[in-house]
Amino acid sequence: MRAEILKTYKLFINGQFPRSESGRYFQIPNPKTKKPLANVSQASRKDLRDAVQAARKALPGWSSKTAYNRGQILYRMAEVLESRKPEFIDEISKMTGNPKKAEKEVLTAIDRLVWYAGWSDKYQQILGTVNPVALPYFNFTLPEPQGVVGILVADELSLIPLVSKLAPAMVAGNTLVMIASEKFPLSAITFAEVIATSDVPAGVVNILTGFKNELIPHLAKHMDVNAVNYTGTDQALVKLLQEEGSANVKRIIAHPEPKGEAWLDNQKAQSPYWINSFVEMKTTWHPIGV
Amino acid sequence: MTTAEKKIARLEVVEPKRLEFGKKWDYAPAPESTEHIKIQSRYELFIGGKFVSPKSGNYFKSINPATEEILTEVAEANEADVNLAVKAARTAYEKYWSKLPGSERAKYIFRIARQLQEKAREFAIIETMDGGKPIKESRDVDIPLAVAHFFYYAGWADKLDYAFPGRKTRPLGVAGQVIPWNFPLLMAAWKIAPALACGNTVVLKPAETTPLTALHLAQIIQEADLPPGVVNIVTGFGKTGAAIVNHPDVDKVAFTGSTEVGKIIQRAVAGTKKKLTLELGGKAANIVFDDAPIDQAIEGIINGIYFNQGHVCCAGSRLLVQESILDLVVRKLKDRIQTLRVGDPLDKNTDIGAINSSDQLKKIKELVQIGIDEGCKIHQSTCKLPERGFWFPPTFFTGVAQSNRIAQEEIFGPVLSILTFRTPEEAVEKANNTAYGLSAGVWTDKGSKIFKISSQLKAGVIWANTFNKFDPSSPFGGYKESGFGREGGLQGLMPYVQLI
Repeated sequence: MRAEILKTYKLFINGQFPRSESGRYFQIPNPKTKKPLANVSQASRKDLRDAVQAARKALPGWSSKTAYNRGQILYRMAEVLESRKPEFIDEISKMTGNPKKAEKEVLTAIDRLVWYAGWSDKYQQILGTVNPVALPYFNFTLPEPQGVVGILVADELSLIPLVSKLAPAMVAGNTLVMIASEKFPLSAITFAEVIATSDVPAGVVNILTGFKNELIPHLAKHMDVNAVNYTGTDQALVKLLQEEGSANVKRIIAHPEPKGEAWLDNQKAQSPYWINSFVEMKTTWHPIGV
Repeated sequence: MTTAEKKIARLEVVEPKRLEFGKKWDYAPAPESTEHIKIQSRYELFIGGKFVSPKSGNYFKSINPATEEILTEVAEANEADVNLAVKAARTAYEKYWSKLPGSERAKYIFRIARQLQEKAREFAIIETMDGGKPIKESRDVDIPLAVAHFFYYAGWADKLDYAFPGRKTRPLGVAGQVIPWNFPLLMAAWKIAPALACGNTVVLKPAETTPLTALHLAQIIQEADLPPGVVNIVTGFGKTGAAIVNHPDVDKVAFTGSTEVGKIIQRAVAGTKKKLTLELGGKAANIVFDDAPIDQAIEGIINGIYFNQGHVCCAGSRLLVQESILDLVVRKLKDRIQTLRVGDPLDKNTDIGAINSSDQLKKIKELVQIGIDEGCKIHQSTCKLPERGFWFPPTFFTGVAQSNRIAQEEIFGPVLSILTFRTPEEAVEKANNTAYGLSAGVWTDKGSKIFKISSQLKAGVIWANTFNKFDPSSPFGGYKESGFGREGGLQGLMPYVQLI
């Protein structure tokens, strides 16, 4: 019998897969056998700072891509995910012990990427406005990216909370530092392989695995992070984000919903207003005259 | 010679000899009459539709910063007073306002707009007496814009179902709002109008140096017969504001003021369910390219920094001039600041009024001294300043480096810092080199350049070939440490609703 090649799960920073500079790892258990399923990199503060730096560097390029191009890249991610469907279902099942739900999750993730890909050149037309000012100016308001956005991925499921936040943040032109689910980190890193092979420029998405308690304070304090997005009901955590984030007036976007199975519900877990929570509004007064 | 250089050469040639009028063309005094203005000897708190004495028992003086004369005394709300105001707002929300159809809410807000319009002259004069801003600004900018803001949002009250495709809206509840002293009535309008239109009730605290127009607005609200408690106005200092922000029964906090206080408020509401918007400080870059319409740009620079004595969060306080036209711009600015009339704010010819308070004057003087100490070159109008009151002459600095404190910190006074750039890339780089991101200006006659540059600036409002323009339909608000949330326009509804 052939021995299986086991995968090393590393971080995803600046388009590469480094181990944590700290050399640390943690293990997640097979829910059935309770034996360790894999070693996962335990990111450090330094890894987080590297990720922020990579995201900042990638921002001008990504945010100035055409909407059409960003849409194409998101669509490409859906294509690549589709072709690797069985692998994801298998991997998620290993973590959760529930293959049926895993399949539903992967299919929803693919469809959700396609859904947001289609929004790339439309959300501006829904969220932006032309404003009828009483002066001789052409005045318009357009959504622009917030910048470098930290995303705390909900722990409840594996792939779908990550994709559900990544897609609206990316499509709006932000660059991301994501802290993966602590409970189900494996498919986050495997999804990084999808990102890495879908023409997403290096640094646009960075994914860290590790302990949230350790990483979140550093993310909240980081002066080069523009926003932190959290889904959940931990008020103490939101308090910490706001308090530490106030140092540079971070946008702390905290949504109590969705929870659990609701992540799979298109009515509850995808919306152009999720894109809206990843944008700034810029208003321009352009002169009219001869 | 490039086209730009030719243009400059031509401008140099046609530059007229400096005209020396001496005193012959001095303006005769043209003071606005205050005869029909009634300022009460004492103002109470406006809670639950009535003017009530403060539980604190305290009153503070409000002075005219142009004369240092005491105008009146105003009630100071303490925690107990704020409790009553929030309670009144909560009752009004549950009993009346949230049950009223949007079309009815709209009519009340329209009433406020109309009555304000009818009393515009009175409001302009009081605004100028209380805050020190020139009457031509309070008359032509502050009051008309406040009226327009109520008109604009009144119309939204029964159209909210069309504002956000696919979603309906629900009000948040009680909004606690704290506003600054630079545009007292206008800021009250920016806060109250969208809150009411969306179905919320309000507890508003005006700034301690400029409470009067908000209290006169309270009279209008009373006369307009709004249900009691829909709008409550409590006056006081920072402590009063803190009591509102920290009140557990407030659902929404909106603050306009300094970044320093904004950060404290963000911390204060951390972990609560309160929805927060912050409109904070700025250090706007005003970028002038060598192909700009130069005389128009000079007026825009002047308006950008000296409008309202520079007490403007979006003031164009960092001038970035393309190096090739620096000398020309500096010479023209020197001439222009000399012609600005500084003095009696009630005089209709006055360009620059009084500094709002002695505290603010002190801050301005400190930062100007720092500018001098750091080696920047100061240019100031030699105008004569009145002996009483708080005044500062129009001032600008040349030879300013990005690291100088006067290029980084908000002065909030009539003080401009001039820096230079060579390429558009450098202009953008320097413009964005700040923790703030409220506004910016771009001056060029080339439309495509306007779009290119404005799309790269990290600021919430970009003015092209103009500065300091406002309109109720145009969203206003900052990037980065200039705050979050927008006021004005469709986007200005978002902070006052939940989407369902």
